[in-house]
Amino acid sequence: MIGSWIRAGMLTVALCATAAVAEENFIVVQSTTSTQNSGLFDAILPEFQEKSGIEVRVVAVGTGQAIKNAVNGDGDVLLVHAKPAEEKFVADGWGVQRQDVMYNDFVLIGPESDPAGIAGGKDIVAALGAIAEAQAPFASRGDDSGTHKAELRHWGATGIDVSAASGDWYRETGSGMGATLNAAAGMGAYVLSDRATWIAFGNKDGMKILVEGDPRLFNQYGVILVNPEKHPGVKAEEGQAFIDWLTGDAGQAAIAGYTRDGQQLFFPNAE
Amino acid sequence: MSLILHGDAELWAIVLLSLQVSMMAVLIAALIGMPLGAALAVARFRGRQLLIILLNALMGLPPVVVGLLVYLTLSRSGPLGVLELLYTPTAMIVAQVVLVTPIVAALTRQTIETLDAEYAEQLRSFGVSRLASVPTLLWDGRIALATALLAGFGRAIAEVGAVIIVGGNINHVTRVMTTTIALETSKGNLALALALGVILIGMAISVTGAVSLLSLRQENETMRHA
Repeated sequence: MIGSWIRAGMLTVALCATAAVAEENFIVVQSTTSTQNSGLFDAILPEFQEKSGIEVRVVAVGTGQAIKNAVNGDGDVLLVHAKPAEEKFVADGWGVQRQDVMYNDFVLIGPESDPAGIAGGKDIVAALGAIAEAQAPFASRGDDSGTHKAELRHWGATGIDVSAASGDWYRETGSGMGATLNAAAGMGAYVLSDRATWIAFGNKDGMKILVEGDPRLFNQYGVILVNPEKHPGVKAEEGQAFIDWLTGDAGQAAIAGYTRDGQQLFFPNAE
Repeated sequence: MSLILHGDAELWAIVLLSLQVSMMAVLIAALIGMPLGAALAVARFRGRQLLIILLNALMGLPPVVVGLLVYLTLSRSGPLGVLELLYTPTAMIVAQVVLVTPIVAALTRQTIETLDAEYAEQLRSFGVSRLASVPTLLWDGRIALATALLAGFGRAIAEVGAVIIVGGNINHVTRVMTTTIALETSKGNLALALALGVILIGMAISVTGAVSLLSLRQENETMRHA
């Protein structure tokens, strides 16, 4: 009878011992949920890995959290979408240099019933004003992400104090883009999303793009090498190799070549 | 549904990693928690009641807080940053050990205390000291203790808050069942997320069933010998 327990123990140990023997040559990229949820990384990373032998491990969180993790040194490369915050990151010495990688745009999504009557508009500030006027539910990321920062910028332009309506018609989910889209679908709320996540999103349930095409909805992504002088553990050489590939011809072509439902999700614009 | 129907290899790698991380965590938690719980059951000292209350309370540790604490410890700017363990399965095991150890210890304490009350006089009459009786009591309570381990395993395999922070949900490296479900939900692939949930529940049932069968056989053998 002791035998059966020993056998069970051995099975457990054997199972644990086979734990993934991963490649040693890897970098950690702190990035945003939109790049992961849209499937971009899954599509373009294998090409780089094959060519360079460097495995890219992506941690996908909101831009705010990604930057904080990078400040802590928990990543070799930062790829996010909030230019002012990225420039501050570099100015404070945490990053080496910021480079443009690609862009797409934000879109205002809402229920097909459109209680605020904003469908077809091209002015994001006017649309948000109409939503506030109608006190129609609006789902905000509320998580200091790049999309959240962009959304707050547009609310700022309306002169409306959304924090006063928090918990009423203005609802902060404090979650990623996908989770917030799910919440908006459930509440019949308006929501600002990057186009890539929206196109790839599987639960569009009664929601559609209502406002798009405003130049202010431009969404730029940048890439930064975490400063090895601040964190000696940073794999500067491998990280730079990834940045060079991403902003070079091959990486830019891979980004341009990624489509979902026949639509291009990101537009390369590295210098 | 492609992940389930076509991507078998990928799905099985995720299932296997989930089992590896959680089983390893429970194994380590057992090595720490069982002797600790048993010692607490038989020892008599000042502040023992307080320690028991604390241990019981720790069973309800919020995973996300444990994840945050382990993250701060393993971060490159944290005290153990040089070990480079963040975003590895090892980090996930560490977090789950912290979550599971109090459960194993508290349930062990409960079980052994009951047994001790039953056999204390007998053991004392053989001249066995309180602490020296711990191995005997642990062996005697092994069937009940298997349930303690299962409770710990259930906690570990179902938890997402801690592993997503310290593991980072990195594809092919630290992605487990719960973080995959969270990811697919956020992609709006609700049907796939639900299907993965069913598989996760199936895994929990398989492990629980296997241990229960083992315990049952043990019980029968013990009764035959008696």
